[in-house]
Amino acid sequence: MNGVQEENRTSVEVRSRTGDRLAELRAENRAALVGYLPVGFPTVERSVEAVLALVDSGVDVLELGIPYTDPVMDGPVVQEAAQGALDAGTRVSDVFRVVRAVTEHTGGTVPVLVMTYWNLVLRYGVDEFARDLAAAGGAGLITPDLIPDEAGEWVRAADSYGLDKVFLVAPSSTPERLRRTAGASRGFVYAASTMGVTGVRTEVGSRAEQLVADTRAAGAPFVCVGLGVSTAEHGAQVARYADGVIVGSAFVRTLLGDAPWEERLTSLRATASSIAAGVRTARTEEVDA
Amino acid sequence: MPDSTPTHPAPRSPSVRAELTQSLADADGPYFGEFGGRYVPEALIAALDELETEYRKALDDPAFTGELARLHREYTGRPSPLTEVTRFAEHAGGSRVFLKREDLNHTGSHKINNVLGQALLVKRMGKSRIIAETGAGQHGVAAATAAALLDLECVVYMGEEDTRRQALNVARMRLLGAEVVPVTIGQRTLKDAINEALRDWVAHVEDTHYLLGTVTGPHPFPQMVREFHRIIGEEARTQILDRVGRLPDAIAACVGGGSNALGIFNAFLDDADVELYGFEAGGEGIETGRHAARFSGGAPGVLHGARSYLLQDDDGQTLPSHSVSAGLDYPSVGPAHSWLHDLGRATYQPVTDAEAMDAFRLLCRTEGIIPAIESAHALAGALRVGQEAAAAGRTDHVILVNLSGRGDKDVATAARWFDLVDDDAIAETATGTEGQL
Repeated sequence: MNGVQEENRTSVEVRSRTGDRLAELRAENRAALVGYLPVGFPTVERSVEAVLALVDSGVDVLELGIPYTDPVMDGPVVQEAAQGALDAGTRVSDVFRVVRAVTEHTGGTVPVLVMTYWNLVLRYGVDEFARDLAAAGGAGLITPDLIPDEAGEWVRAADSYGLDKVFLVAPSSTPERLRRTAGASRGFVYAASTMGVTGVRTEVGSRAEQLVADTRAAGAPFVCVGLGVSTAEHGAQVARYADGVIVGSAFVRTLLGDAPWEERLTSLRATASSIAAGVRTARTEEVDA
Repeated sequence: MPDSTPTHPAPRSPSVRAELTQSLADADGPYFGEFGGRYVPEALIAALDELETEYRKALDDPAFTGELARLHREYTGRPSPLTEVTRFAEHAGGSRVFLKREDLNHTGSHKINNVLGQALLVKRMGKSRIIAETGAGQHGVAAATAAALLDLECVVYMGEEDTRRQALNVARMRLLGAEVVPVTIGQRTLKDAINEALRDWVAHVEDTHYLLGTVTGPHPFPQMVREFHRIIGEEARTQILDRVGRLPDAIAACVGGGSNALGIFNAFLDDADVELYGFEAGGEGIETGRHAARFSGGAPGVLHGARSYLLQDDDGQTLPSHSVSAGLDYPSVGPAHSWLHDLGRATYQPVTDAEAMDAFRLLCRTEGIIPAIESAHALAGALRVGQEAAAAGRTDHVILVNLSGRGDKDVATAARWFDLVDDDAIAETATGTEGQL
């Protein structure tokens, strides 16, 4: 509970796996595509297949969600998948299997962040979770319901195991809170493009670009934008100003429904390739309104 | 069941003893011991900060406190009476039993105290829309009532199952002008209604206030809702001193989220000789797993913004709760209660559905008062406390019970439980139980 003290001693000597990758992409003058999928949907085995399909379709950083009974930052698409994963018997520890599978598949070139609601980590044991995540090859955590003020124990664990700490900022964040969150984060800061929860939207929040600029000014080396980024066009638009484009519901949506699994995977690959292409070429193509 | 009546279990550590030397009644968040906090998305922090600032200013503003006092007096009907129940007390081992009659408030429970306070705050903050969760209706009806009175748009989130079982309560809220949104995801319970209210709040926080119904949630809700309910204990303290000439030996209240319990406990927290008892829903029995007894069957964890005792599985997934009383049917509890529990200042015990329903019927038949089934858990607990005091040879024992709500809403449930009328006839009236954390 000593968030204030903890964040001030954020160690510069811990290297950021995700930050290193984002720096490489910045050198290539392009943004990263950060792709989200939940572990265990529709089963743990198939979620491994889906995640590998995502990686092979051009995702640069992976965000693996652990299904939770009360996901208050998620909209209907992710909720449905999370509920399906829980119904299929997915356990928290399954996330480490999936992380390991990705790491082995990519040789560690794609940083794997785990997105989790905090009670799951608390129950597992913060230090134990960090230890097992690091051992599986994971890069760090994205914590949607943990603010730096409450994160003392996590900051200690992340520092000792060399893990990234991705906290969120929102359009409602004050300058003081942007500074605090930027200071506490390692890897990148997750900028919520709009006030709301995850989901497929017809447009990306208009406040996102200013929020990225403000968060950088508050000291964040890298800022990625999520919430509502659903199409190649959105991806390209965000990729012009952000270090990364976070896409979740648009991917998860391709996996819902009753179509044969191979068809769903094909649909996932097509969506991911299309958004990845939009992200990759955003800064080199003519900006057409 | 505990095998004795501990006056005050020994505090567990030096730091806990140090805390006991300070006033417990005025404890402020964000932390109550190791409980509470703000485990919420960053998007809500600015609104929570604004809320805390405004509520502190409001409580120091005579215009605000004066208006709230006027509403308490002229609208709610405060002060609520204190009633001695002598025929009921014959079953309590010789203790005298007094009921704090929150059931006589407008809308039928203590909920109105908090709702009016927060709704006045909403006006001060210049917001125009409130959202609320409801288990089965009591807080939703109170919120809709305040919204009508103060001209606010009101949206109530309610599990789909509850909207079907509580069709008349849905109609009540709609009569009052509120929009009722059935929640069709998750377990379709109160917990899921809160999830959905939080999602709405994140998206509309600029013009919307989340009028949370109990002493749970992120700071400042646990502290603020306690402040709006402390009037229960303050009135009761004056009333019991007037009637008995001294403080009670024990206080009994039911604990869902814990707002009525904290409201009455608060005025006595610093009186070490007054024993405080919170009664949770033991459901069908702790051993069956079908209960809402967080202190008997849960462990500390985070849900809906606060760290507190929580029903959860080995992975930290929230477990479903169960109670005959919808208002006690919630998997977590206000963080201040977790703190009082760990300090040993208050004792929390489960009361089963069957024990609560027996006490419900007893109060009906001995006193002509139909209590809410939630409050019947406190009545059953009071009977237990009185009998234990008698067994320990204590005389002149006085128990104060917070009768937090009235039982009109529970008539159909009770009729079914006691097999009083044809089941089909009840189905047609479709009243059922109502939420009252």
